Amino acid sequence: MNKKQKRWRNRIILAFAIFAVVFALEELGALTAVFGTPGDVYASFVLFLVPYLIAGYDVLIKAARNIRRGQAFDECFLMTVATIGAFAMVFFPDTDPHMAEGAAVMLFYQVGELFQSYAVGQSRKSISAMMDIAPDYANIEVDGRLEQVDPDEVQVGGLIVVKPGERIPIDGVVVDGASQLDTAALTGESVPRHVEPGAQVISGCINMTGMLHIRTTKPFGESTVSRILELVENASEKKAHTENFITRFARWYTPLVTGAAALLAVVPPLLGMGSWSDWILRGLTFLVVSCPCALVISVPLSFFGGIGGASKLGILVKGSNYLELLAHVDTVVFDKTGTLTDGTFSVVAIHPEADADADALLSAAAHAEAFSDHPIAVSVREAYRGAIDRARIAQVAEESGHGVSALVDGRRVLVGNDKLMAEHGTVWHDCDLTGTVLHVSIDGTYAGHIVIADVVKEDAAQTIRDLHAAGVRRCVMLTGDRADVAEAVGRELGLDEVHAQLLPQDKVEAVERLLAEERGEGRLAFVGDGINDAPVLTRADVGVAMGAMGSDAAIEAADVVLMDDKPSNIARAMRIARKTMRIVWQNIVFALGVKVLILVLAALGLANMWLAVFGDVGVAVIAILNAMRAMRVGADRA
Amino acid sequence: MRKTFKLDEIDCANCAQKLQDAICKLDGVEKATVNFLTQKLTLIAADDRFDEVLDRVVELTADIEPDCEILR
Repeated sequence: MNKKQKRWRNRIILAFAIFAVVFALEELGALTAVFGTPGDVYASFVLFLVPYLIAGYDVLIKAARNIRRGQAFDECFLMTVATIGAFAMVFFPDTDPHMAEGAAVMLFYQVGELFQSYAVGQSRKSISAMMDIAPDYANIEVDGRLEQVDPDEVQVGGLIVVKPGERIPIDGVVVDGASQLDTAALTGESVPRHVEPGAQVISGCINMTGMLHIRTTKPFGESTVSRILELVENASEKKAHTENFITRFARWYTPLVTGAAALLAVVPPLLGMGSWSDWILRGLTFLVVSCPCALVISVPLSFFGGIGGASKLGILVKGSNYLELLAHVDTVVFDKTGTLTDGTFSVVAIHPEADADADALLSAAAHAEAFSDHPIAVSVREAYRGAIDRARIAQVAEESGHGVSALVDGRRVLVGNDKLMAEHGTVWHDCDLTGTVLHVSIDGTYAGHIVIADVVKEDAAQTIRDLHAAGVRRCVMLTGDRADVAEAVGRELGLDEVHAQLLPQDKVEAVERLLAEERGEGRLAFVGDGINDAPVLTRADVGVAMGAMGSDAAIEAADVVLMDDKPSNIARAMRIARKTMRIVWQNIVFALGVKVLILVLAALGLANMWLAVFGDVGVAVIAILNAMRAMRVGADRA
Repeated sequence: MRKTFKLDEIDCANCAQKLQDAICKLDGVEKATVNFLTQKLTLIAADDRFDEVLDRVVELTADIEPDCEILR
């Protein structure tokens, strides 16, 4: 509890003690004995006013201020009217006095408010503790001694030192030292990562064993840890439909219930259906439950908890709206490479034409692909053990989705798929091995092909099974690969559909076709590695980028970012999303259900103010506690 | 210009929503969000008028939620 809450608590305790004494005196008949009848009623009126004012003077002040500003419908106003109403009944003869109830309602309202404020404070604290992955200092070496400075002040390219047990504050490259890094806070991955000089390291990881000297590559504000925090904090600004619905609902609910309360207090007695005091009391009870706070607090809190909990597992959701959409996903479209498969292709066969030499073929291909970042190019270069001589290469041109063309030793080398061969009028022939076949032509003559195969990720098949179990109807894979390779992977993983031989722009079309088939409640998620599928990521209902550690482009384009490259995290993200939505709806149904029930009971004269106070603050507190469950994803950790 | 400020003592989600609605209606405010959970106010306004707009936002906040303070 903070200072303000402690003062608040003490005030409530004091008011409660006085209330108890007055209540006892009244019940024991002491007031009647001293003041006689009807003097005792007025005495208890005055005496109950004391705890009432001690407990609720701030509520009264706020209410008065709001009325002055013409903003009547807030809970302070409603509580004030309800409680003053209860007290004022003493001035109507022949009514049952409700002073004790009026004071008690104010007391319990304050107890509830205090508890609510405490619960919200705790939730905030546990969420921010969970996100406490940003170190608040960096060590730099000055004259051989380590000094702690604000990480914001470290220049890009500056040297920082990270001792064992500390968090890396800024992204960079290790220049000296070797160590194990704990990346769990960022990726949820519990196996430590080994780093040595030359390794890229990202901020937020904990250095476990050795001292590291790191040359920073980014300013603190653009480092991974700062970006993640910013992203998660801003996520609650992108509101889900449910949240907007609740906000709109709250605007109507309070005036509506207040209006109903007024009608309830006035109309039936005018029609001669009972005494004024009885109906006014029912109207006042209405007012107490008219605050929508339970909903207005607990719904965004649930989303915030879900987003916070997911981030603990290395799943960054960029807005409550995406969490909501994710819960409704029934079609998941995967990019194959780097998503379901490792993306680390390896050359499995080299088939030169009769008149060519295998090493020369590989050398030509490796040089033509020298500047490409494409996984296929990387694997070709890896298979070619010799050094790449850049002087031998000229006029490199990527032919998107088809391959690459370059001058190697002055000869035109084309490396790519059958479409590239066809485009250039080269006669090629297929290979009987399954895998990606890279045809090579030199000066227009077919020189042979290199077969490359991609390895399916360990947890890919399990992911598809989990998604199906979670109610996803279709798991689709899109790939630029040949149909037979794609289908082999599709069968192995149990995918529902496979679309092969797609160029990057075809992928957008394929997703658009699927989007058009869809509709209804189901949503479509696209999962890619975020490198060159930005257009598809944006087009899908939910774009998921994975393996995004350190990749700004992916973090930018996607709606959901998986920090590591395990597809199983998609299934996990969906489980978190569904759990969060379940909690959101539980809260909505519970809070509204209780309120409506109390309204009905109050209208029938069966509910008293005590019950109504529970309907207001009690429900809010329960809803907040329920909302906090969304944050707990520990059990889900693999 | 977009700036974020810490809000002290914003206790109720409904109040935060109302505060946000009111700030958004102020002259010169392009966009404002009051985040109840992170207790932050994000204000977007024209560069040359930012300080003037901020003054009015502070004034308005003091009027609507006297308990709540904008820490700048």
